[in-house]
Amino acid sequence: MTRGISKTIDSIKFGLISPDEIRKMSATKVITADTYGDDGFPIELGLMDPHMGVIEPGLRCKTCGKRVEECPGHFGHIDLAMPVVHVGFIKDIKKLLQGTCGSCGRLLLTNEEIKEYMELISKTKELGADAIDMSVLTKDIAKDAATRRICPHCGAEQLKITLDKPTTFREAGHKLTPKEIRERLERIPDGDLPALGINPKTARPEWMILTSLPVPPVTVRPSITLESGDRSEDDLTHKLVDILRINQRLRENRDAGSPQLIVEDLWELLQYHISTYFDNQTAGIPPARHRSGRPLKTLVQRLKGKEGRFRSNLSGKRVNFSARTVISPDPILSINQVGVPEAASRELTVPFRVTANTIDLAKEMVRRGPSPEGVKYIPGVNYVIRPDGRRIKVTERNRETVSENLTIGSTVERQLMDGDIVLFNRQPSLHRMSMMAHEVRVMPHKTFRFNLCVCPPYNADFDGDEMNLHVLQSEEARAEAKIIMRVQENILSPRFGGPVIGGIHDHISGAFMLTYKNPLFTEDESVRILSKVKLLDLPEPSEIIDGVEYWRGKELFSLILPNDLNMSFRSSICEKCDVCTREKCEYDAYVRIKEGKLLVGTIDENAIGAFKGKLLDKIARDYGSDAAREFLDQATQIALGAIMVRGFTTGIDDEDIPKEAQNKIEAMLEDAKKEVDDLVQAYHDGLLEPMPGRSLEETLEVRAMSVLGRARDEAGQIAGQFLGMDNAAVRMARSGARGSMLNLSQMAGSIGQQAVRGERLSRGYWGRTLPHFKEGDLGSEAKGFVKNSYKSGLEPTEFFFHSMGGREGLVDTAVRTSRSGYMQRRLINALEDLKVIKNGRVVNTAGTIIQFLYGEDGTDPSRSVQGDAVRVDDVLREVLGDEVTDEMIELSMAGYGTYDRDMESFDTDEFDIENDEEGGD
Amino acid sequence: MARFNVLEHQMVPEHYLLSLEEEKEVLKQLNITRDQLPKLRMSDPAVRILRRIETDVKEGRIVRIIRESQTAGQTIIYRLLIRG
Repeated sequence: MTRGISKTIDSIKFGLISPDEIRKMSATKVITADTYGDDGFPIELGLMDPHMGVIEPGLRCKTCGKRVEECPGHFGHIDLAMPVVHVGFIKDIKKLLQGTCGSCGRLLLTNEEIKEYMELISKTKELGADAIDMSVLTKDIAKDAATRRICPHCGAEQLKITLDKPTTFREAGHKLTPKEIRERLERIPDGDLPALGINPKTARPEWMILTSLPVPPVTVRPSITLESGDRSEDDLTHKLVDILRINQRLRENRDAGSPQLIVEDLWELLQYHISTYFDNQTAGIPPARHRSGRPLKTLVQRLKGKEGRFRSNLSGKRVNFSARTVISPDPILSINQVGVPEAASRELTVPFRVTANTIDLAKEMVRRGPSPEGVKYIPGVNYVIRPDGRRIKVTERNRETVSENLTIGSTVERQLMDGDIVLFNRQPSLHRMSMMAHEVRVMPHKTFRFNLCVCPPYNADFDGDEMNLHVLQSEEARAEAKIIMRVQENILSPRFGGPVIGGIHDHISGAFMLTYKNPLFTEDESVRILSKVKLLDLPEPSEIIDGVEYWRGKELFSLILPNDLNMSFRSSICEKCDVCTREKCEYDAYVRIKEGKLLVGTIDENAIGAFKGKLLDKIARDYGSDAAREFLDQATQIALGAIMVRGFTTGIDDEDIPKEAQNKIEAMLEDAKKEVDDLVQAYHDGLLEPMPGRSLEETLEVRAMSVLGRARDEAGQIAGQFLGMDNAAVRMARSGARGSMLNLSQMAGSIGQQAVRGERLSRGYWGRTLPHFKEGDLGSEAKGFVKNSYKSGLEPTEFFFHSMGGREGLVDTAVRTSRSGYMQRRLINALEDLKVIKNGRVVNTAGTIIQFLYGEDGTDPSRSVQGDAVRVDDVLREVLGDEVTDEMIELSMAGYGTYDRDMESFDTDEFDIENDEEGGD
Repeated sequence: MARFNVLEHQMVPEHYLLSLEEEKEVLKQLNITRDQLPKLRMSDPAVRILRRIETDVKEGRIVRIIRESQTAGQTIIYRLLIRG
């Protein structure tokens, strides 16, 4: 095995291939349209001529003498009876014909103009123009030349040359044959070509007209033998057969002196076949079809598009050392780990070099063979690569001998074991956190397992999702992955400068149950909770009541906090009162941590949740990724301990509300319905005042929407009054574990107005939504208001309306995903070659500056605090201490507070009036 | 038709044509060659206004743009004038 770079590509030059070169590189001339003879062997001078390479095992190539695996294949060629236009160069041929003189072949510009343009070209190049800029420039030059009516060199009048798509050129209506075009292109002198962006050394224009056609090697278009023994040829071979047949007929007819008309028809036919041989999707040409009616896949189709060579074989490849299976959760694993099934571990291998230091280990591993016995998994060896490069498969039978003969310098491919670094990925890979490095834990059973905190970055759940795993094969790759791709290094997202990895669902419910209102736990319970967290001893009991020892939840949680942590924030359950009482919060929603002790407040989504966890954010930022990983592992485990001790369940009866509440909601909805009816009445009576900039109808809709929207909220509020914090569903919604208060109010109170495109439902029948209503009914029920709750059940009409609203949601997501996918693709294509160099500059691969300083402030967004380089409050708190900082913040907030409240107290109408009065000033 | 000066619009950042001496200084300070600069087309509306004010606005000259930045407050960038 050789490593390192032996040669580097300095530049790539594209050009045209000349007929001479085609013949020079050709291994054989192809004359007959036949492929195989009756004896089953390829015919000489046929399309499968063995000079062009071999595809059958056992045969030898007649050009290089090598066998199937070794012979790369060789080109042949077909001499065309008459020249034919190459479809791929139609545009360039047109540019050349229109820009040059029909009789003398010179560019239709004076020598001075040409010189001027050449100067412009070299100057543009000097200023760092790319290929696109250059092609625009040369196109402009050609356009200028095409406007000249008289040749400045020979004085000949220029006739108008038009392109009759796809391949016919006409001069003042008169048809130009490819032969005539070729003659004209031949006349263009080398000196005039650079001005048109053509390098005459690599691309003489007459080479755009084909006189001989290269035949690709058989290895490029292998024929396949079906089970029945029949041969099936490649699409390209089929097309070449067509070309050869017509070419032969054209030659015969021309030589026999057939009528001009027949020769021309055959010539056109040859042009058609050669055009479709290159591109079977040219506009204006009916695609050549297979006998079954399927369009043939010719050269361009092989390269173009998603399934083409570039996107599917060169930019993306199938790889070895990878695995894919279903995923499932495992809260015991650290966030850095991934559980790999034993079966997969036996297939996936890591190579290591046998040295004086590793030879004993290597021999021992090889001796185990590919499937070591034993209850506990130990890694074996699948292959040994000897120093001479020979690869030996280790089997049960040869493992002893291979082990004996193992020498220093060999490479051993050992099976996966605990602690190996692998990449783990879930599609769609929309951001860099979709592929992170994990440490392997080999486990029984058949799924990949990982910690639930890592679900958000992968956007994974366990309803059947599958994920991919890639085993790194070199020490450099492993080191790089461990330093920059490991899960713990990606806790803080570069997208918004906060954590993307964090507690979800039960982690949050558990932390909530552990800390909300600081509950007491007995010794037994406390030990159970702490036993989930490794290396934690039970502290001194917090309280002793009647001789029984109790521990406070907050004290248990404080055990996993860093000792010098100081911070305060508002929990997710915060009621957002007008005046915050902070530490004295009656809802226990103000978190204050001092010297690593949780004094007050509830730990919930705002503390440890993914995306929102402030506590997690602070620890990751101030104490580093190791501490963050440890905290996250412990916090989630302690939370799960708490939830398991106390138990947690939710069911449909969590949305039960008393009869009086139901009556209240019903009465309120009835009022809302009346209000809408009144609006409709006012509208019909012409008493409704139109809102500024809206028609009467729109005004009615807006007013009705707001009345009904308010009604839904009110129903939710009434229901909410009877659903307290002792209710599991409410606890989940408020702590941020799962669901929202809106979900609950739709279950217990009222589902509310259904909308399509943000408007009340209106389509279906003439003037009405369903035949249950009168035409022109604008009331709440007829336009899609669902007054029932999910629990009370929907009326038939309501169910229909709900389906209409639901359908829009589905269509939206379907449309959005495909559109955003394409947008992402375009964005990635535009940004993929950009990098930040050491002075903070953003450059592309050409060395052109894109941004003088990354993000204009040079800040790494994943090190930022929600996008800002520094958070002043935190600095103040560190320097001045909590009390002074709180005071300062309060002072600065005071102004905002009053202002906000003032704004809210304005009724919209009042506000308008006041504005009008002030308008005079 | 009254001609509108885009440079007077509040959304359009300030554009200045660098003198030849300033150009040298800027390139030296940034330690780059001229062709590495980001480009600005001659047909850009702001450049068309510059052409009315300054003499000798042509391809290869450098324009300094001072604009408000969401992240950095204010930022100075340079653009190379090119054809188009």
